[in-house]
Amino acid sequence: MDPQAAKMIGAGIACIGMGGAGVGVGTIFGHYLAAALRNPSAAQGQFGNLIFGFAVTEALGIFSLLIALLLLFAL
Amino acid sequence: MDPIHQFEIKKLFPIARIGGMEIAFTNSALFMLIGLLLILLLMLGATSSRALVPGRLQSVAEISYEFVATTLRSTAGTEGMKFFPLVFSLFMFILVLNVIGIIPYTFTVTSHIIITVSLALLVFFTVIIYGFWKNGLRFFKLFVPSGIPIYILPLVTFIEVLSFLSRPVSHSVRLFANMLAGHITLKVFGGFVTMLGAFGFLGWLGAVLPLGLTVALTALELLVAFLQAYVFAILTCIYLNDAIHPGH
Repeated sequence: MDPQAAKMIGAGIACIGMGGAGVGVGTIFGHYLAAALRNPSAAQGQFGNLIFGFAVTEALGIFSLLIALLLLFAL
Repeated sequence: MDPIHQFEIKKLFPIARIGGMEIAFTNSALFMLIGLLLILLLMLGATSSRALVPGRLQSVAEISYEFVATTLRSTAGTEGMKFFPLVFSLFMFILVLNVIGIIPYTFTVTSHIIITVSLALLVFFTVIIYGFWKNGLRFFKLFVPSGIPIYILPLVTFIEVLSFLSRPVSHSVRLFANMLAGHITLKVFGGFVTMLGAFGFLGWLGAVLPLGLTVALTALELLVAFLQAYVFAILTCIYLNDAIHPGH
C-alpha cells in the first residue's frame, strides 16, 4: 500500500477514539443535568467539578486527535 | 477556498536576523499586541473612576476579577490567591484572543500550537518549580496516593507520573484543537454559501441554509471561546493546587 494512503487511513482510524470521549462527555453533562434538576440549589457549587471532569475526559479524545494530526502533518 | 488559508502567518516587517533565523513582526504578534492593548484599556478605563456603584466598564472588570478569584479560591484555597495575577492574565489573554479571532478577517492567535504550548509549559514549570521550592522532596507525594494497597502502588505511581507528564500536552492541544476545528468548520460552511451562490437564483435560495448555520456556528464558537479560556484557567488552578498542597 502507498504509505501516504496508509497514513490517511491511520488518521481516520485514530479519530474513532474521539467517539469514546464523546460518550464520556455526554455522560458527564447528562448526569450533571439530571443531578442539577433534582437539587438545583447545589448545582452552582459543582460547576467547577463539572468543567474539570469534562476537561479530563476530553483529554483522552484529544490524544487520539493528536495522533491523527501527527500522522497527517508531522510524521 | 482553502479552509487552512486563514491560519497562515504573514510577515509584516522584519526586525532582526540572528544566524539563519529571521525574526519578524508577524500578524500573530500584531493580534497579540491588539489583545494586550484591549485588556490594558479595559482595566485602566475600569479602574480610573473607581465608583462605589460601578458603571458598565467597571462592572465588566469587577465581574471578570470576581469570576477568576472565585474559581481560584474554590480550587486552590486562599493560599492560591498569590497566583491570582498569573491565572487572571492567562484567562484574559486567552479569552480576548479567542474572541478577537471570531471577527471575520482577523487572525486567531490561539489556533497555533506554538502559542498554546508556550502557555501550557509556563504553567507546567511554574507548578514544578514552586512545588519543589515550597515542599521540597515532599512534592513527590503527589505521585504516591495514600491509602492504596502496597502491591498495586507501583502501578498507580507509574500512572500518576505518566498523567502528570501528559498534562502540558492535553492542556495545550485542547485549546489549539478546539480553536482550529471551530474555525475550519466556520470556513467550510462559509464556503458552501459562496459555492451555492454561484448557481444563480435557485442557488441563493439553497444558500440560506448554510448561511443560517454559519450564524449559529459563530454563536457556538463564542461559547467555545469563553469555555476554553475558562477550562484553561481552571486547569491552571487545579495544577497549582497540586503544587501548593501535594498528596491526595
